[in-house]
Amino acid sequence: MASSLTAPTFSSFLHSKKDSGLSAFASTSPLSAQRCQNTVSKKICCSVVAPQQSERKPYSTGSVKTAMTMTEKILARASEKPHLSPGDNVWVNIDILMTHDVCGPGSIGIFKREFGEDAKVWDREKVVIIPDHYIFTSDVRANRNVDILRDFCQEQNIKYFYDIKDLSNFKANPDYKGVCHVALAQEGHCRPGEVLLGTDSHTCTAGAFGQFATGIGNTDAGFVLGTGKLLLKVPPTLRFVMDGEMPPYLLAKDLILQIIGEISMAGATYKAMEFVGTTIESLNMEERMTLCNMVVEAGGKNGVIPADSTTYKYLEDRTSVPYEPVYSDSQASFLSEYRFDVSKLEPLVAKPHSPDNRALARECKDVKIDRVYIGSCTGGKTEDFMAAAKVFLASGKKVKVPTFLVPATQKVWMDLYGIPVPGSGGKTCSQIFEEAGCDTPASPSCGACLGGPKDTYARLNEPQINKLEHSMQVCVSTTNRNFPGRMGHKEGQVYLASPYTAAASALTGFVTDPREFLQ
Amino acid sequence: MSAFAIVTKNVIFNSFPKLSFSLSPSSAIQFIRFPTSSIPANPLASLTQQFIPRTASLISRATSSSSAASSTTFHGLCYVVGDNIDTDQIIPAEYLTLVPSKPEEYEQLGSYALIGLPSSYTTRFIEPNQMKTKYSIVIAGANFGCGSSREHAPVALGASGVAAVVAESYARIFFRNSVATGEVYPLETEVRICEECKTGDVVTVELGDSRLINHTTGKEYKLKPIGDAGPVIEAGGIFAYARKTGMIPSHSA
Repeated sequence: MASSLTAPTFSSFLHSKKDSGLSAFASTSPLSAQRCQNTVSKKICCSVVAPQQSERKPYSTGSVKTAMTMTEKILARASEKPHLSPGDNVWVNIDILMTHDVCGPGSIGIFKREFGEDAKVWDREKVVIIPDHYIFTSDVRANRNVDILRDFCQEQNIKYFYDIKDLSNFKANPDYKGVCHVALAQEGHCRPGEVLLGTDSHTCTAGAFGQFATGIGNTDAGFVLGTGKLLLKVPPTLRFVMDGEMPPYLLAKDLILQIIGEISMAGATYKAMEFVGTTIESLNMEERMTLCNMVVEAGGKNGVIPADSTTYKYLEDRTSVPYEPVYSDSQASFLSEYRFDVSKLEPLVAKPHSPDNRALARECKDVKIDRVYIGSCTGGKTEDFMAAAKVFLASGKKVKVPTFLVPATQKVWMDLYGIPVPGSGGKTCSQIFEEAGCDTPASPSCGACLGGPKDTYARLNEPQINKLEHSMQVCVSTTNRNFPGRMGHKEGQVYLASPYTAAASALTGFVTDPREFLQ
Repeated sequence: MSAFAIVTKNVIFNSFPKLSFSLSPSSAIQFIRFPTSSIPANPLASLTQQFIPRTASLISRATSSSSAASSTTFHGLCYVVGDNIDTDQIIPAEYLTLVPSKPEEYEQLGSYALIGLPSSYTTRFIEPNQMKTKYSIVIAGANFGCGSSREHAPVALGASGVAAVVAESYARIFFRNSVATGEVYPLETEVRICEECKTGDVVTVELGDSRLINHTTGKEYKLKPIGDAGPVIEAGGIFAYARKTGMIPSHSA
């Protein structure tokens, strides 16, 4: 009833009032010129804000095709417009809406309040619901929130709900996946050219598949649940050209920490970040996901990587939905372009308490650490654990600090026990981790990446190791944020690092450059 | 000084959690949250009721006004924070089990606002065992609200009694969530004022003139205009605004 009432009203409103006052969600702050760094390309160094407006208009002949970036093209198609420019506010048709146990109940609450108790979601096959944040906890409210998701999915007949009921043994829940951003990819919900929104800032991870993906709040998600549309502002694009052979001691995490350190935590606010170049082409899908995952740590609206044969191969057995990739035109305008020679980069960390607090891992070799954490949407994928295992294997030693392993998803967990690590004579990651003295891989979830309830596995609960020492608890982590309190206690010190650097640090008890073991 | 006296009076008058504000008759309508407004426990609700008899006749006018914010003024104490205050500091993840759309949990979220600030902030934003803050305006540096997309962040601030955040700049999702929920006004300064204001200073924000006056220091600052987002926040968020302006049908009531 409610849906049949509201749907036509919405669509007529969308067509007739597209320039209404609602078009000002974005901040009024003008695009500011980018700081020019020495790694920036000389080609379009820094901002070209003013000219791009006129460049983008069709020329007087009318026959010139107007160039667009891939982000602009995706949004143009999804809003049924022939052409879009940065700053345009458009109603976009959403291909997939993802929500989880932390923001799902609130989004559902808003959907019901605004569209009615009997309202139906706009498309039961386009809503993907993934409990992943606070799962293995006795927190009553956290458990209740998963129940709310389940009730809603049953009521709405949601096609993709990755439920968990038996918290004592995740393996008894065949539907349960784990961390939403990794699960979205593994289950084939990430497809080139599409628009994916999620109630989580790391939804931008899916840009690795050449799609537009960004995080939204509960109210916007409630709106999308009812209408399948959202008003979005077209972002200008920053282009990052990464060329050169990736040294064997670097991972995508180092690349994104390099970039965030370069442009700062707000350097891409409201902007798209497009990654291209020979290095990017050489990365597997999981590494590309790491890169796009952390664009939000630079304030980015979305990150995007052109789809190629690596993308298509990953998608082969995962989706039967037809998709159509798009690519930036050669004449497209970018707000600025940054070039990196990846072969010259070194392993990095982000020191407390900010992801842009970049330092070379070797510069921090005197920082004593108390624990290592390998997990999350950023650093808890199969390739991340394979990388850590490679370091343990190369050293043959045991870890000197507690080392916590939290696979992102059930699939990743199975890979740790099933896939042989190259060069190990057939050993799996789990065997290598056990020999190195790591903790047994835990049940897949977001875990302690964001602290969570007090009983969350590997959460930083104490400010310091023992009361006599005044040093704060220090963790080297493959996760994405190190703000005060992010992993639990607000005095805790989190160093963000690649799985190589995290594993190397576990072996020495200090922040350690992985070249100590990998060369 | 007379300005100070007025403000003091307003602060006392305002045992309301939200804040005190002055209303000229023609602008009173701006503060009415329609029944569609998200949060039944909205602290403004009781105040709204008081004004309905006076302003009911103005309802039709409000819908066409685009300079609606012209007379909106907030007075109160400010709480000052620095750069890059992320959502974990505004509302730590352990409290995200609270669902903002549930009225009693909305109130609880408010009681935890800014509890994640490090101990270097010696003045508490909310006193122990209190549900509301006495600071109705938060003044911040650059990139306020960076980090996660949790809508709990602007909701916690709004539920605690904050009316406006005045920052040098915002992270994108926080800004959008503030407007979408109508919980707080995310205002931007043209200059960096977080180093010129101190927690506890008495300030006035005048939306119409886009300025902030610090009565304690006697200084005045220009704000960037809130623009078209202003009426959306005044209405109580995107849904309330869309109903108010006839974009979507009103609730069956």
